[in-house]
Amino acid sequence: MRRDVFQAIADPTRREILHHIALEGKTPNILAQHFDSTRQAVSKHLKILTECGVLKQEQHGREIYYFINSKKLKEIDKWLQPFRAQWEDRFDQLDNLLRNQKNKRS
Amino acid sequence: MNSKNQTTITKDAANRKILVVRNFDAPLEEVWRAWTESDLLDQWWAPKPWKAVTVSMDCCSGGMWHYYMQGPDGSRHYSRADYVTVSSNEGFEALTAFCDDKGSINQQFGQSNWRVRFSEIEAGTRVNVEITFASVDVLEQFIAMGFKEGFTMAHSNLDELLEMQKV
Repeated sequence: MRRDVFQAIADPTRREILHHIALEGKTPNILAQHFDSTRQAVSKHLKILTECGVLKQEQHGREIYYFINSKKLKEIDKWLQPFRAQWEDRFDQLDNLLRNQKNKRS
Repeated sequence: MNSKNQTTITKDAANRKILVVRNFDAPLEEVWRAWTESDLLDQWWAPKPWKAVTVSMDCCSGGMWHYYMQGPDGSRHYSRADYVTVSSNEGFEALTAFCDDKGSINQQFGQSNWRVRFSEIEAGTRVNVEITFASVDVLEQFIAMGFKEGFTMAHSNLDELLEMQKV
């Protein structure tokens, strides 16, 4: 099975996990409180997210805290970059066209 | 002229969707025409250095826009948009696909569903484009191809993208 950022965000529970730890690191137990699913299910998603490289772990005493690896998540934006450039280019041309139409009328 | 309008692009890879939102400093009817009349579409639809050329256009429910993008080397890439519904000055839904000069669809990419909605805002017009690709793989292929065909200058990113897809 492939493990990349897209696999990481392909599941709604995993997206929600990322959302919860976006601002501060959390332990699996704290995270599980936010979900109806079992601690086990949350752990499974954490495992996949870790394999996808979007999480970082830190050991504090007996607890493991999970954090976002934002560098990895940025790959999604990078991947979209050509798409964005294409649309921005296109829309700039549309702006010009609309401006010309307006000048023609006035 | 106002400062440049931002293009907002959000992706929902899980649902194989991309949402593009952009405001235009022009009345809704003008923006609508630019999106639905082929002589206007041809003037802006192709990102540089490509040129869009309409083969045929019938912008109504059940109609079709058949066009090609011509590259600087003269190569032609045909596409078609089959209009599912068209509501004047409100929006349209279309199934788009790559095809040949006869309009036969290239099955590799399947059909993407486009929902384009137009709304009046204080500064002019807001356009929402929601594109749903046939699958996540198609979405990725589509973007990878965007690189390859020179839709953008960001060629160096292609290697990174191909690297990522190998994982």
